[in-house]
Parts: sequence; C-alpha cells; structure tokens
Amino acid sequence: MSQESNQIGKLDWISVGLYALFVLLGWMSIYSAVYNPEAPLWIFDEAFYTSNAGRQLIWIGTSLVLIMLIFALDFRFFESFAVFIYAAFMLALIAVPFLGVTINGSHSWFKLGGVTIQPAEFAKTATALLLAKYLNDPQVNLTKWMNQWRSALIIALPMLLIIGSNETGSALVFASFIILLYREGLPGEYPGLLIALIVLFVSSLLLSPLTIFISLLVLASLFVIILPIYQRRLPQTYVRMAGAIAIVMSLSTLVDWVVNHVLKEHQRNRIKVLLDPSFDTRGLGYQVTQSKIAIGSGGFWGKGYLGGTQTKFDFVPEQSTDFIFCTIGEEFGFVGVMSVIVLFLFFLWRLLYLADQQRSRFARAYGFGVVGILFFHFLVNIGMTIGLMPIMGIPLPFFSYGGSSLWSFTILLFIFLKLDAHRSDMLSR
Amino acid sequence: MPEGRRIIIFLFFLSIGIIFIGKMFYLQMFDSTYEKAADNNAIRKIIQVPFRGEVYDRFGKLIVYNTPVYDLYITPRKAVVNDTNRFCALFGITKGRFDTLTKEAWAYSRVKPSLFLKHLSKEDFAKIQDVLVDYPGFSISTTAFRTYQSKALSNALGYVAEINTNSLSDQKDDYYRQGDYVGISGLEAFYEEALRGQRGVKYRMVNSNGVEKGEYRHGDLDVSSVAGQNLFTSVDIRLQEYADSLMMHKVGSVVAIEPSTGEILSMVSAPSYDPSLLAGRNFSKYYQILALDPLKPLINRPPSAYYRPGSTFKIVQALVGLQLGILTTGSVFTHAGAPVKCHVHNTSHNDLHNAIQWSCNPYFYHAFRKILYDNTQGDTFERPAQGLQRWSELVANFGFGRKLGVDLGNEKKGNLPNVEYYNKVYKGENTWKFSNIYSLSIGEGELVVSPLKMANFAAIIANKGWYIPPHLVKGVGDKKTIDTFYKTPVPVGIDAKHFNVVHEGMRDAVLHGTVGREGKIPDIVMCGKTGTSQNQKGKDHSVFIAFAPKDNPKIAIAVFVENAGFGGFAAAPIASLIIEKYLKGRVDRKDIETKFMNMSYLANVTYNRKIVKKDSLKR
Repeated sequence: MSQESNQIGKLDWISVGLYALFVLLGWMSIYSAVYNPEAPLWIFDEAFYTSNAGRQLIWIGTSLVLIMLIFALDFRFFESFAVFIYAAFMLALIAVPFLGVTINGSHSWFKLGGVTIQPAEFAKTATALLLAKYLNDPQVNLTKWMNQWRSALIIALPMLLIIGSNETGSALVFASFIILLYREGLPGEYPGLLIALIVLFVSSLLLSPLTIFISLLVLASLFVIILPIYQRRLPQTYVRMAGAIAIVMSLSTLVDWVVNHVLKEHQRNRIKVLLDPSFDTRGLGYQVTQSKIAIGSGGFWGKGYLGGTQTKFDFVPEQSTDFIFCTIGEEFGFVGVMSVIVLFLFFLWRLLYLADQQRSRFARAYGFGVVGILFFHFLVNIGMTIGLMPIMGIPLPFFSYGGSSLWSFTILLFIFLKLDAHRSDMLSR
Repeated sequence: MPEGRRIIIFLFFLSIGIIFIGKMFYLQMFDSTYEKAADNNAIRKIIQVPFRGEVYDRFGKLIVYNTPVYDLYITPRKAVVNDTNRFCALFGITKGRFDTLTKEAWAYSRVKPSLFLKHLSKEDFAKIQDVLVDYPGFSISTTAFRTYQSKALSNALGYVAEINTNSLSDQKDDYYRQGDYVGISGLEAFYEEALRGQRGVKYRMVNSNGVEKGEYRHGDLDVSSVAGQNLFTSVDIRLQEYADSLMMHKVGSVVAIEPSTGEILSMVSAPSYDPSLLAGRNFSKYYQILALDPLKPLINRPPSAYYRPGSTFKIVQALVGLQLGILTTGSVFTHAGAPVKCHVHNTSHNDLHNAIQWSCNPYFYHAFRKILYDNTQGDTFERPAQGLQRWSELVANFGFGRKLGVDLGNEKKGNLPNVEYYNKVYKGENTWKFSNIYSLSIGEGELVVSPLKMANFAAIIANKGWYIPPHLVKGVGDKKTIDTFYKTPVPVGIDAKHFNVVHEGMRDAVLHGTVGREGKIPDIVMCGKTGTSQNQKGKDHSVFIAFAPKDNPKIAIAVFVENAGFGGFAAAPIASLIIEKYLKGRVDRKDIETKFMNMSYLANVTYNRKIVKKDSLKR
C-alpha cells in the first residue's frame, strides 16, 4: 500500500501539469471554433454535447478514467505484455479493412457502440512498447546489422498495414522511431542519411536537375580545395566525387519519377500546394491559404478569445481537428502561438530528460519513442497550418478534437509517466 | 555518448521550433495581406438604400413618389415547396419555369439567396405576403422605382439612373458604388444629396458559405440609413399640365414666375417626354430613343436654350435710358435716319409710350445711339465704347450675360456683349463703332438670352425694379429649409418711377398695339411685350413676355415658340391663356385655347441646327 501512495508522489507533476494545460487550451480552442455568437451554448445545454466542444469534454473525462486505469495496473504489465499488445493491434489493423467503417474517406475506423476508434492511433503506442521491449535485451546492439533489421521490421509492419488502409500520413509517424533508435545506439549515419534524403527530395522538387548538378559540382570543388586530405590522392577523389554526383543525380531523377508516377493524385497535389502557395487557392490550396489567412490575421496580440472570424465561421476546413492551431493563431496572435511552441518544446525537453533518468532500458527507449511521436505530430501539424509541410491527417497532440487522438496520446504519455514513477523499482541492467 | 545524443535530438527540435516561430512572426507581424484577406472573408457589408425623397407641388400635391417593387429570392438549401402546383398558381408561373428557376438557383449556390422572381408588383406582393411563411427559404427584397403623378414637368424634374463610370471615378466623397442610382439632371441632380438621404451600412459576420452569423463588433460600426428628404416645389402642377398641353406640337419654352417671391410656377420645355419611360427597367431602351430624337426632348430648354430676345429687349433700353436721364417719357424720335425698318403705326407723336406699344424699331435705334453717345458728339470709335461699357454694366444687373442661380444644373449664362467682347470679335480696340453694334438696340445681334432670363425680366418689370432669384423648390425636407439666396431680393438699379411708362406702354401693346386679338384677356389687366427673335436658318421665333394683373402682379411669364414667326402670333396668345388659367382657375376663351392646343409649328422647325448661329458663341 505504501508503494501505491508513493507512486503518486513520484509522478512527474511538471509533465502532468503541461498535459492538463494543453488539453485545456485545446478544449478552449475547440469551443471557440464551434462557438456561434448568435446562439452561444452553455455546458448545461443538452445540445452542447452534440457539438465538438461538448464531445471533447466527454473525451477528456474518459481520458481521466484511462489515466487511472494505467496507474492501477502493475508497471511491469507493459513490458510483460508488450508482445501481446503489439500483436493485438496488428490484428486490428489487419481486420479494419474488413470490419471497419469509413469516416472522411478513410476506411480505418472501428465502430464500438457510439464510439469510433482508429486502431492506427493506438498502434504507435504498441509499436513503441514492443520496440522498447526488444531493445531491453542486453544482447541487442543497434550497430549490428541483424538487430537493426529486426527493429526495422517491428516498425515497418504497422506502417505497411496502415498504408494499406490509405492513411499514409499516419504511417509516416512511424518514421519518428528513428529518434528512439538513434538514442539507443543506432549509428548517426542513419538519421543523417534520412535527413540528407529529405533534403534531396525537397530540392529535386524545387530545383531543376541542372541547378542541382551545378550546385553539386561547386560543392565538390569547394571540398577538394578546402580539405587538403582530398588533394593527396586526386584521381581517387575525382572518381568518388563523380560517383557521388551520379548517385545524387539519379536519386533526384527517381524522386521526379516517384512523384509523377507512384504518388496518387491527391498526394501529388498536396506537394504542389506546399511548393507553390498560390497554386489553386480556391480548390486544392484552399485549406492552406485559409489557414494562413486565419493565423496571419491574428497579428501580435490576436483578436481575443472567441473573437476570431476566420476560424469560427468554417473558413478553415477541419477546424477542430487538424487545424486547431489556426484558432490559437487567430485569437491569441503571435504571443499565443509562440507560447504554445515554447511550452511544447519545454514539454519535450522535460520528457527527454525524464527518459534519460530511467534505469531500465525499456523505460528509457519507450520514453524516447514517446518524444519522437509527439515531436513528429508537432512538426507536421503546425508545419502544415503555416504552409511549411504538406497536408496530412495529423492531429496536434492533446489539442486537436477527437476521441481516438486524445485517448491514444493520453495512453502513450501516461504509460511513460507510470514507468517513470516506478523508475527506482526497476532493475538497472 | 547517449547523453550527448539527447542534446543533439533536442537541438534538432529547437531548430524546428525556431523556424516555426520565425514563420509565424512573418505571417502575423509583417504580411498584412492575410489580415485584409480575413476581413474580406468573414465580414459582409450590407447596404440599406433608403427611399428617395418625394416631390410635391406648391399646393402639396404629390408629383413624384417611389413605387416599391419586390424581388423574390430563394435560398435553395432552406427552400421547401410541398405543393408546387399551388405555389406556381400563386406566383403565376408554370411548373416548367419553376423547375428551371430552382435549378438555376441550385447551380448558383446552395446556401446563398439568389433572385427567383424579379419586380413583383405591390398587388402581387400583397397576395403572397401572408402565405410566404408557408414557404421557408423564400424571402423578399425591396427596391423602388420613381413614379410620376403627372406627365408634365419631366424636363425640370430630371431623371434618376444608374451612376455611370465617369461620375463614379470622379466623385469627391466616395459615396457612390457601382450600380447606385443617382439624379442625372434637373431637380433630381440639383437636390441629389437631400433626395437620396444617407445610405445605411450594417456589418455582419458570415461563415464560409456566406450565411450570416451575427453582428460584427456588436454593431459598433453600423450606420443606420437616413431617409431621403422631400422636395416642396413652387410649381403649380395643374398650371404646368395646362401650359404643357398648349406647347404640344411646338418647340419652345414657357416659364412663369410669381414676381413677389421668385418662385417658378411653371416651367415647360417642349417637346417633352413621359417621365415614367426613364424610371424602371426599360431605362436604356427609352433613353436611346429619346437621346436620338432630333427635337431633343431630353434637353430642359428654359434655363439652357439660346435665343435672341428680339423686341422684348426694347424695354431694357427704355429703362436704362430713363435711369441714365438720357431718355424721358417725353423723348420723341421719328423713323427718319434709322437703318432699321418699322411696321405701319401712328408716328405723329412717337414718344416712349408709343414706341413700346408699337415696338418701334427706329425709336430704339435712335435711343440706343443716344445712350451710347450720352447726348454728345465725339469720336466714332471711342464714344460708343465708353457708352457701351456703362450700358452693359447696367444691363448686367437684370441678369443678362450671367447665371441667375436657378436651382437647376444646366443653366447657361447667355451673352451680353460689352467692350471687351467686341474688342475680341473685331480684333482690337477702336476697331468698331455704333454702326457695327446697333442691332443690340432692338434685341438682336450678339445678345443671347434664355427663356428663364426673360421670365425673370418680366418679374423685374412687374416688381418695378427688383427680383428674387428664380427657383423651383421652396422648401427641402420636413423643415422646408431653403437657401437665403432664394429669399433675398436683388435690386436691378432702376428707380421704380421709371417703370410706370413701361407698364402703360406694355398695357397698350396688349390692348391696341402689337399683341393681337387672341392675346387679349377681357377681364384681366395684362401687360405684355412681343418679340420676334431672328435666327438665320429659319423662320423667326415667336417671343412674348408679360405680367398680370397690372397692379399687384401675381404672375410674370415668358413664352418662346420656335419658328412660329411674329411674337403676337403664337407666344402672346399662349401666354395669355396660361395667365388666365392661373389667375381665374379656368379659361373662358375656349376657341383660342383649342386653336393653340392643336396648332403646330413643327413644319418650320429646322432640325440638327444650333439655335444660336454666331460661331463665336459656340461652346
């Protein structure tokens, strides 16, 4: 019993406080987004609970129940059952195309009574758990090719299943596990390569092949001139440079080919919108344009709570879910968005710090998994509202409207906070 | 190593955060295009156009008002018509038409109202008003057309039309928008600001579908509309209609003024047009027809048409001569030595009275010469110039050669030649002498007047030396405000005593002078002066000025009938009929009335020619 009460005392109240703050701010923004100045609804109106704000209140309430449930469980449960949890969600992902229902064009939802659940949201947590469990084995060394391969398999399985149900955006979230793997010893070349590939991808879309080729030549010449090491064996250097340039050029050609032949029409358009903000502002670029208008019109101090005109009157589609950040931008201005970004970064920093405090590798790895997932959502969601990222169905953690989203992030976070509360009980290996 | 990786990871996060904040800073602080776009997006301006002011005659009779017309709008998503047959019967449309209209509305927008039926009449509206609640999604929007109680007075009233592009870009206070209605001519234009009232503006927030979502900033920016002010004119609409009927089949003008107030009782421009043609949906069609008519019915002739005053101007010469002391009532001139001819009349004792009565040309030739030379002999170039300078300053007091300031936009100055003018025409000082300018003596030559000026001149004579600037409106709005300009008498600088001989001469002109039998009213003491306005391209214009009764005059009038010949033939009888009608309320001389109502001088009228022929006067 004494152990039970202790665990509350060891709970990281800073993280819990930030979580509560984000959920509250999110709910306020959702309330504002659905707020009708002609007929404001109050919490006691029955109709209130048919609005997004009312329903989100229900999701918040049930999230509290989930938190209590997590804390009622033994902390060892998550490590012990990681394989089962993972397996269960993989089965769910397989089953969803057959048993699921379609919502907003995405056939990835289960309907349980009046509640719809998207298993893809929870698969992230399951994957993080299994990955952490796998890395908990002291034999596993991520510099070894075999272990790298197995880790990749754990991540790739849910990704492929989710791509299968047409949720490419959600699948990309799994790329964030590279942070977990990097922390757990994956050689730095891997994330470096990933970043290099992204840079290559973007530049081959933005620049003409000739420009890329000339830039590469200039870059190579600079290397040779500045770094004397290359000048010692010039012939070999030339061969290597030529090879590298050839690879980069062919990759960039490949990117063009992929964009034009592999990607689907709507995905291609999202990329076009991203690269050219003035592209079809009434149609395909409508969402980004309206989102930027909403945020841009906020100015420094914003229009005041409930004072936004863009976000309130449905100019920005998906206002409560994926574009909730617009409401904050319009109503609280630059001060508001900067506060949210700073607080979120601080939150991530706190979780990173806690993760590194863990004695067990399981808890630590899981912690980095949590941070990676949260960061990826932060990056893509805010990025797309200001036109820096292509539009994907990625919610802002804790802020966005939606049961599946709020529940899954709550579970994701509080499993880690539960593990953290028990860190002194864990065996250090 | 692992500890360091946490730092690396976080530095990566931090850099992304900084990029985001930078982009936000740019979007929210620097780029104002987004802020403007937001307002255009979500704030809708709703304009409330108030009814234009109404126009009344001097006895409070309504002349111009507004007829509301009703447009039926449909909002497709809300529209529910359960019983289409009943609906169609109600609105008098076929089922097929109903389907087409509904389909068009759906194609335009599901949620925005679109026009369903245009210009429903008041009767239709009354019929559907009560049942409209049964058809959700249908709404009524009201606009108004100018409606006229009388077909007369259209030229003076002017018309209202959609503002054109030039006026739109030239406007100073930026009030009008594309599609706004504005007074184009006449009183509608002159009193535009009073008549139109003040447009109201409501700001409403709308959602992305254009559906209203409440007041913007609690309505703080809203401006309520102010109704247009009514015009109370001085026109006697019954007299106007009567004068109008007399001017049928003629080209010309009638202006009648109440001398004591300067109020215009009637202002006819012939030919005219039915004002209702230019009000409503067929404006452009009828405007085209009227604008191309060679008789130019759209022009308001009284303040703007150019004529020579002819013999009516002899009264001016008489008054100026008397005031200068160069003439006396006893001054006598014979026909001898004058280059101008005269009609046959008794010249045994040709004094001023006689000369006015018989409109003696030689008399006024000699008189004008005497005025210019001021009883002295001198240089043939210098003396007339000195004399003309003094003369023109005195004549200008009567309003000749300048605007009287009537409340109409198209008033013309006319022309009163002075020294400067002739120096310009003859290219230099001392290049012209009396023999060049003597036609001024009988109101011909370079003199140019408008019918309005001559009516005002008749009022000056009636008042014995003063006038109040003629005006059509005696009160604006409920308080009937009026510019003090239209209340202030203007003296013309001629002593009242000099008018007696003029009155007597004009009385005898009517009784047994130049005015014929048809211009006499048996029971009204009218004084008048005929004029025959020469014009080089056609038959003379018939001119007549008059006032009545001789004591305490109630009406002063000028009548111009183009190409109708001598003043006594057409203008004088028409003027006498109008005066009789005004003073007695009825006309007893039915034969004369019928004759002149049916009389047409149009055959003499030369089309497409400038009324004023002197090239120097063309503007």
